[in-house]
Amino acid sequence: MDALLSIEKVSVSFAQRKRLFGKERVSLRAVDDVSAEIGEGETLALVGESGSGKTTLGHVVAGLRKPSAGRVRLRGAELGAGNRALAGRAIQIVFQDPFSALDPRMPVSDIIAEPLRIQGIGTKNERRARAASLVEEVGLPADALNRYPHEFSGGQRQRIAIARALAPAPELIVADEPLSALDVSIQSQILNLFRDIQKREKLSYLFISHDLGVVEHLADRVAVLYLGRIIELARREDIFAHPAHPYTRALLDSMPSIGKGRRRKRSIKGEMPSPLDPPTACVFHPRCPLAQDICRKVVPRFEPLAARPSHSAACHFKE
Amino acid sequence: MTDLATEGALARPARAVEAAQSVWSLRWRRFRHHRGGMASLVILATLVLFCLFAYPLERYLGLDSNTTDLLSRYDPPSATHWLGTDEGGRDELLRLMYGGQISLLVGLLATVIGGGIGVSLGLLAGYFGGRIDSFLMRLTDGVIALPLLPLLIVLAALDLTKLGFSSEFAHSGAAGFWRIVVIIALVDWTAIARLVRAATLSVKERDYVLAARASGAGALYVMTTHVLPNIVTPIIVAFTLTVGRVILFESVLSFLGFGIVPPTPSWGNMLNNAQELVTTAPALAIYPGLLIFITVIAVNFLGDGMQHAFDPRSERR
Amino acid sequence: MVGFVLRRIGQTLVVLLVMSFIIYGLIGLMPGDPIDIMAASMPGVTPEVVAKLKAIYGLDQPLMLRYWRWLMAALQGDLGFSRTHSQPVLEVLTPALWQTCKLMISSFVLSVIAALIFGVVSALRPGGFVDSCVSLFAFAGISVPVFWLALVLILTFAVGLHWLPASGMSNVGEGGFMDQVRHLTLPVLTLMLANTGQFTRYVRAAMIETLRMDFVRTAWAKGAGAWRVVIVHGLRNALIPVVTIMALSFGTLFSGALVTETMFAQQGMGKMIYDSILSNDFNLALSGLLFATLITLLSNLAADLAYGWLDPRIALK
Repeated sequence: MDALLSIEKVSVSFAQRKRLFGKERVSLRAVDDVSAEIGEGETLALVGESGSGKTTLGHVVAGLRKPSAGRVRLRGAELGAGNRALAGRAIQIVFQDPFSALDPRMPVSDIIAEPLRIQGIGTKNERRARAASLVEEVGLPADALNRYPHEFSGGQRQRIAIARALAPAPELIVADEPLSALDVSIQSQILNLFRDIQKREKLSYLFISHDLGVVEHLADRVAVLYLGRIIELARREDIFAHPAHPYTRALLDSMPSIGKGRRRKRSIKGEMPSPLDPPTACVFHPRCPLAQDICRKVVPRFEPLAARPSHSAACHFKE
Repeated sequence: MTDLATEGALARPARAVEAAQSVWSLRWRRFRHHRGGMASLVILATLVLFCLFAYPLERYLGLDSNTTDLLSRYDPPSATHWLGTDEGGRDELLRLMYGGQISLLVGLLATVIGGGIGVSLGLLAGYFGGRIDSFLMRLTDGVIALPLLPLLIVLAALDLTKLGFSSEFAHSGAAGFWRIVVIIALVDWTAIARLVRAATLSVKERDYVLAARASGAGALYVMTTHVLPNIVTPIIVAFTLTVGRVILFESVLSFLGFGIVPPTPSWGNMLNNAQELVTTAPALAIYPGLLIFITVIAVNFLGDGMQHAFDPRSERR
Repeated sequence: MVGFVLRRIGQTLVVLLVMSFIIYGLIGLMPGDPIDIMAASMPGVTPEVVAKLKAIYGLDQPLMLRYWRWLMAALQGDLGFSRTHSQPVLEVLTPALWQTCKLMISSFVLSVIAALIFGVVSALRPGGFVDSCVSLFAFAGISVPVFWLALVLILTFAVGLHWLPASGMSNVGEGGFMDQVRHLTLPVLTLMLANTGQFTRYVRAAMIETLRMDFVRTAWAKGAGAWRVVIVHGLRNALIPVVTIMALSFGTLFSGALVTETMFAQQGMGKMIYDSILSNDFNLALSGLLFATLITLLSNLAADLAYGWLDPRIALK
């Protein structure tokens, strides 16, 4: 395949020891058999509630965690211990919390240039020059270079984090809820920054978010995760216009919408179950308005819709 | 927030330095308010200077602090012997000063070496976790659970020739000195190790560490570039408090005859024949111990003051 | 719970075994050949007997083998013969152990009581005059060299004021209870002054934390009558971590006891270990050190178990 990044049947399990009940070893499947692809210059949005495994999956793509099963490929090459350097340069990550994403003891120019320093790219002066140009690119003043993180606001820190991610000229950036910790007024600024940078540097994004409104603005395709399993994947327009999975529909319905008429928001029944003890067969069935007997017994396969092959979902009633 | 875009070009270098220093000057200001800490700083500085003056004073008085003169044992204070003489006829004041040099030096060296061991082990345990952590923590707990003084005595009594060292080396003053430093360092690293491990655990999952790892950073890079600089303050406090403990260890070992061996003076071994001193020259029994006491209490207050100054609750992130 | 207890006991045994090996090896590194020294002081020992002994215990035998033989004998109750006391080791250790217990337990109990009083009183008004005095006293306690403190006390009470005996465990011809108490007073007082400081700080810190909690504030607001309740409840909650820390310190009390016994010529375990190392009485030194280690380990174990019982979460880890 020609995809830039392909996630192939990735699963991540954590072993949990439950001593109280004897030597039972229960494993927590944070990510369960997820496959997806991201093309060049494309944004794949990863949507889900907390506990859905989206951050864990993002960490796997960024090389921070080894999958228990499956693999991640960059342009066909499997990412592993052998090509750490390649992955480190080509895939970068921006985190959610701007206040813990920057080392308080390092000046901004060092923070931004750090990926280059780690990879041994360029001389000290070259790195400094790169940091200077990046600082401008993310919309910060030049004198920010000599300052320390605590002198900046949340939005500015996030810009610094983005500049750092851009330093090694990556091809894909994993953005793990980069807007969630920011003030609403700042969010759109940073979102626009993401868009501008994408166009300029021809980047791909794995954009993780629980906010569908943000997703609508940025994503080319959308993947929906529930309890570590991918339950729907489609082009942006299709997800928003014709959601196939009841969970996706419920998410869309619960989106706050200004000016769309005073339609009563439908909330999803119940709470997300604990990943330690997932429901049988279709994991969504306890909360699903369409649940039938088959949903409790047979695991719905994640497959394309007959009507639109580019649109896949895992539901017995997806059509 | 200040409008960064309007800062003048001339203001740039000054503000950069200011930003880097503001954290430490804040701490210094807080430290100054701690009376115990400030007093201790002054006292310790005075003590160090006092000890360093040994050689100049010796020349000035025209004495030799090492030669014994059994005819003038236990002389009362006089113009030449400001504090009198000890059981060997040597000048008491000078021996106090030289003894101080030894005791303080041992304190410093054993702290640095032991602290180095503690920091390394704590970093390894905290960063790598898993079996390395379990093993190191069991080791630490094991050492903590031991009765230290008896163990130190045995270690101090070892015959170095049985370990393969030559006889003259084994009995030299240098060997005696380094033996004390090494054995104290070998038993006193545990407190620092635990502290560093806990601090490492809290830092290693922070996002900036993850960012470095995503770029391919290895363990050594992360530990030296990100973890250590961020855990420096509790380490400084722990090192300071360790100095006090180490000085007490050295003094008690020397007192018992297992530490610094005469004729080299140390505050501890100057009290070797304490029973005799008590009846013949009580003042001589007081001076060395008093100096140890003052030093250690000052060091502890210093550490306490530092702890107040570095209090993370009043510091910005 | 049972699993926790078994695990901790198992760990203790492992540490004890490892320590016995290490100490056995270290003792072998002490100056002199144990067999030769022993043979020199035992009359009528023929060279053949010496050779036979050397074949079993001699230093040219491999370490593991020697250790194994010693271990097997020790497990059957044969700890060897003490050269300096001309008695089996066990017969020397038992009365010494009792003597040390008298010293350690009485000073421990008194320290705890004093620490509770001082700690609670100073916690009631942190930063006040009483608190400052107590804090200063506590600092002094942890900073003072124990042997020097003993000297000062001897100078004051024995030599200066002649109120109390300077050394020994009883006067010749007496040995009644009161006489023993008089002889124990200064040693106990020394240990007490040194340890109370440390304990007081724990109690004070724990009490301040507890007094700050919500349930205490509500009681305060209800008026003076609730004051008693606050002290009782507050103290009870504060005591849990404090008691366990104190129990953990019981083991380190041993080091202080060693010094004190040596200073005051008390024939306890500490002095015995010291003497045996000084005179190269290998068997006695080895057994004495192991006993000391055992005492420390047992007190740690007891503290852990008590803590596990009081706070079930620890036991479940």
